[in-house]
Amino acid sequence: MGKPVEVRVEEKLYQNRYVVDGGRSHIRVVARGEPSANLMAMTTLCPAGCYTLTEAGQVEVAPDGCFECGTCRVLCEPAGEVEWNYPRGGYGVLFKFG
Amino acid sequence: MVEKFDCIVVGAGMSGNAAAYTLAKRGLSVLQLERGEYAGSKNVQGAIMYADMLEAIIPDFREDAPLERHLIEQRFWMMSEAAHTGMHYRSDAFNEARPNRYTILRSQFDKWFSRKVREAGALVLTETTALELIFDAYGACVGVRTDREGGVVHADVVVLAEGVNGLLGSRAGLRAPPKADHVALAVKEMHFLPAETIEARFNVKGDEGVVIEAVGAISRGMTGMGFIYTNKECLSVGIGCLVSDFARSGETPYGLLEAFKAHPSVKPLIEGSEVKEYAAHLIPEGGYKTVPQLCGDGWVVVGDAAHLNNAIHREGSNLAMTSGRLAAEAVFQIKSRREKMTKDNLSRYPKALQDSFVMKDLRKYRDMPALLHTNSRNFFLTYPELVAKAMESFVRVDGTPKREKEATTIAAFRKARGWTGLFGDAFKLARAWR
Repeated sequence: MGKPVEVRVEEKLYQNRYVVDGGRSHIRVVARGEPSANLMAMTTLCPAGCYTLTEAGQVEVAPDGCFECGTCRVLCEPAGEVEWNYPRGGYGVLFKFG
Repeated sequence: MVEKFDCIVVGAGMSGNAAAYTLAKRGLSVLQLERGEYAGSKNVQGAIMYADMLEAIIPDFREDAPLERHLIEQRFWMMSEAAHTGMHYRSDAFNEARPNRYTILRSQFDKWFSRKVREAGALVLTETTALELIFDAYGACVGVRTDREGGVVHADVVVLAEGVNGLLGSRAGLRAPPKADHVALAVKEMHFLPAETIEARFNVKGDEGVVIEAVGAISRGMTGMGFIYTNKECLSVGIGCLVSDFARSGETPYGLLEAFKAHPSVKPLIEGSEVKEYAAHLIPEGGYKTVPQLCGDGWVVVGDAAHLNNAIHREGSNLAMTSGRLAAEAVFQIKSRREKMTKDNLSRYPKALQDSFVMKDLRKYRDMPALLHTNSRNFFLTYPELVAKAMESFVRVDGTPKREKEATTIAAFRKARGWTGLFGDAFKLARAWR
């Protein structure tokens, strides 16, 4: 322990089952100037690594690997930086073991 | 399809299934909505299932429920960088005819529970996302709008079993959305190994199982906990910390999980395993003080959605099942007296919950969350490290006289927290535990 372990979250998501609702994102970042500390935190905190920081300093979300856990909703919905809904019925992550 | 049911249950997790089963079994017309492809496809838990609370709903569940291992041993680990100090309790008394606790895989267990709900007579609609609650002009909840075509359904009462991140109740203003310092984010992997390997590594045989719960350096000063649960042919390995702590620390949850897996106490247990799933979920951690209003005109809220989780004892699914059952029994009583589903009448449910272990236990620990959350560095980093040093000094034989060793240990504790800090922490902990 101690030293940081290099982890690629994409490799973890590879094991999971998803039914992606093409073209319909159930989470949206509402761009409005500089991202808040909470929105910035999502770039490390999202367990599926859905949030990235662009070169322009904006935070983007690509929720294909999303677990629908709601962490970003808890942190970013109150300030209106994230719009959060559940995917349509039958879409999104499908846990085999849960 | 404007249809009317006695009751709509939103969600098919532990609390929703308990409620839907109890209602349908008593002859009420029940519609249950589940957004996943099957019940369980969206649900994540460690998972330990407590038999007593399920027996109260389905007494003969052991005949066909998909159970993994019954637990005969509990290990608590206090972890420092390269060591752990442990306390174990193992007893052959747990090898009983009707074991007390089992590990389960939620997706499979929930599928089974959902089958029972259907057999009891409820209509279970999967792949159906509930979008919003519908209220009448007087503010009473009268139904749910779903994402099915023309998807409005009506009922005398709606049971909100929508989970910790349920949108319906919070968007309708029935309760506040969860706050960052009241929920933990946990991540978990399923590590597959042959049953014989699991049995050899954990010193068990047959269907016996072990729970390891670990706190300390693994959460890097955040309020958190790691765990390893033995299933039949896989290990559930995970770690969770408060969302507010995560946001401040800049740690990634998967980085924390990898570090936990790489800890010298953990690594040999999972060596050579094949990971088949990685999952994440929120856990309500705020305890008694964050339990919202539990009923209103035409609605009740149960399970994680109602923050019914005992973080100290790591119990959640049993509180969920019990709340679902008690809410359903209250609805049944009102229905059988041909009374209305008003807030007054439905308050039988919170009353029953207050009289049960659910609220009694949550009330007992009402001050613990705040204490642990505000002193996380001391409780999760400083003390585990001090204890590890003390233990090493106690067991290592190097010619240092014991009196000197003890003096060094005491000095280390004093230096880290001071006498006031030490006694203060002990006092606060004892008071919150009381």
